[in-house]
Amino acid sequence: MSEIQPIIMPKWGLAMEEGTLTAWLVQDKTQIEKGQEIAEIETTKIANVFESPVSGTLRRIVAKPGDVVPVGALLAVLAPPSVSDSDIDGFVAGFVVEESTDADAAAGAVAERRMERNGRPLVYKTAGAQSAATPVVLIHGFGGDSDNWLFNIEEIAKERPVYALDLPGHGKSTKTLASGDLGELTDAVVDLLHEVEAPKAHLVGHSLGAAVAFRVLADRPERVASIVGIAPAGLGDRIRPDYVDSFVAAEKRKDVKAALQLLFADPGLVSAQMVEGVQRFKRLEGATEALRAIGERNLPSGRQTANFRDLVGEERVPTLVIWGDRDAILDPAAAQGLPSSVTVIRVQDVGHMPHMEAARTVNRHLAEHFDAVDRRNASGE
Amino acid sequence: MSKKSYREAIRDAIASEMRRDPRVIVMGEDNAGGAGAPGETDAWGGVLGVTKGLQPEFGADRVLDTPISESAFIGAAAGAAATGLRPVAELMFVDFMGVCFDQIFNQAAKFRYMFGGRAVTPLVIRTMYGAGFRAASQHSQCLYPLFTHIPGLKVVLPSSPYDAKGLMIQAIRDDDPVIFFEHKVMYDETAEVPDESYTIPFGEANLTREGRDATIVAFGRMVNFANQAADELKREGLSVTVIDPRTTSPLDAETILDSVAETGRLVVVDESHPRCSMAADIARLVAEEAFDHLKAPIRTVTAPHTPVPFSPALEDIYIPTPKKIRDAVLAVTRGRSS
Repeated sequence: MSEIQPIIMPKWGLAMEEGTLTAWLVQDKTQIEKGQEIAEIETTKIANVFESPVSGTLRRIVAKPGDVVPVGALLAVLAPPSVSDSDIDGFVAGFVVEESTDADAAAGAVAERRMERNGRPLVYKTAGAQSAATPVVLIHGFGGDSDNWLFNIEEIAKERPVYALDLPGHGKSTKTLASGDLGELTDAVVDLLHEVEAPKAHLVGHSLGAAVAFRVLADRPERVASIVGIAPAGLGDRIRPDYVDSFVAAEKRKDVKAALQLLFADPGLVSAQMVEGVQRFKRLEGATEALRAIGERNLPSGRQTANFRDLVGEERVPTLVIWGDRDAILDPAAAQGLPSSVTVIRVQDVGHMPHMEAARTVNRHLAEHFDAVDRRNASGE
Repeated sequence: MSKKSYREAIRDAIASEMRRDPRVIVMGEDNAGGAGAPGETDAWGGVLGVTKGLQPEFGADRVLDTPISESAFIGAAAGAAATGLRPVAELMFVDFMGVCFDQIFNQAAKFRYMFGGRAVTPLVIRTMYGAGFRAASQHSQCLYPLFTHIPGLKVVLPSSPYDAKGLMIQAIRDDDPVIFFEHKVMYDETAEVPDESYTIPFGEANLTREGRDATIVAFGRMVNFANQAADELKREGLSVTVIDPRTTSPLDAETILDSVAETGRLVVVDESHPRCSMAADIARLVAEEAFDHLKAPIRTVTAPHTPVPFSPALEDIYIPTPKKIRDAVLAVTRGRSS
């Protein structure tokens, strides 16, 4: 029986309790490989492709397209041809969804933690077993939160510890800001590195979060192993002029939806639940004021106040830039003219959120980047 | 963020507004309970314990137990609101509201209008509604259409713990009289509710499901039943939008009309009686404003035009069910071309 491997409904993000299996991308009775796209799954937040966590022969499809399946429940069964159909029947019949008593384990090893900074809460998610590998810190963009990494955090956690911060003014972190400038956001990342006792980390920043990562490099270069900028701010002077203001002002569902649709090449990805999630954040006392302050300090009137091209030109740390070629918020042309040591990946048919819209591609580039940097550092270069 | 019940979400909202604004007071029958009995200061917290714990924190000056005279204390609450306080009055069961219609319909609802817009009446009346509690005809009605009928009143029907907290804070901060309907069988339902304060604006519907084939508009507890029906229909290949208007007055007509323009098919679910109900009201709205988009007759799923039966078997038949909603959607989508 141990040759039988279950494929279960994954947990994408802390809040996911069930998902809808919308389509199978593989045929029954075929060999599938670990990492192969095998199904499409829709959650209340977003639809995505599901990669097989294991290799083997697909012997039984349990969940049919359209089925709503709880996290951890059986989607399909892999087994070598030597296993009989009746053994597989028995496995399916006897399969029990693991009821975890530990909330962290139930969340696919993603846990939420809270720290205090000047008496104000900062919340972050963490995943990944204790390991000697250099940890990764994920820094979301303007108006986002740590849930933006729901398709990335567990992939990264397979190899190394990972931390995803809610920046001040965002998510579950404090809505009370000193000024909302880049320095305040940067200090929160440095505080997180202290809190988790990480002498050095790979910083992955999306949009404004990338400008935060660059600023950490400027202020505390000894703490930065490498930088990944996803649709990064900080490399150009402009941003879509109406975006920040319309996102801050949007209260009604329609307006929030219109603002969010600018972020994706495929506007159909913006579900009612994604809109409601952003509305829930924006309704919190102080959230809109915090966003407005951060916008005015960092992204006023279609401009970016911080430019790190000179810093990137100093080639202090390995730097990877990932940009969707249909980004309607930050023009990918800003990636031109960077030093040749900076790797620039252009992702086709993707908007401002490549880590959500093309999660598999982004995850692969992230893993290659982290491995290459760590190998180089280990060999003493 | 933590899990809170519908009951805890409402209590949390009232307590946080009482901390924020000293003008907010709570009054009603047995809101604390035990008044006058030695050693008892917080015995009840209302019939189902929503306000329990408020009197020890805020004192008997701000959490008042009233005599069993709805006409007196609802009138007092309206007067207190007109003269500067922000009362949250609990009138146990909406079925008892009849004895204070004058205080609500002719006084509180009319102050702003009849005093030339110069008076405000920041009054919240909390009340329980709905069948399924084995509480018989005089404790089970859904009288929200009566209040929706009256200009000058705002009418709120939260369908989840998250909405209950945000709508209650909005109700307390609103300058008009708000009738806040709490479904008595929902008090123990739990969900993620932020610890922080937040408000949900009145007149903004929530889309709890999104689909192409039909639109369901549902109110209060019926939103949950509509969601169950939509999930079942999804397994059968039909995708359905579920709209929770959250407030019947003001009403987010735009969201309903936009959705019907997309789907062309409408089912309205209302736990109230069918005549002069929200079901009738929404059907009227869509028939007038979106007739050209309709591909099938509008269907309504409501309770029958009878009192709520005391017999549990009959009460179960009386209340709309997910199956009845599903059948109504199947009826309006029969023969669809797509």
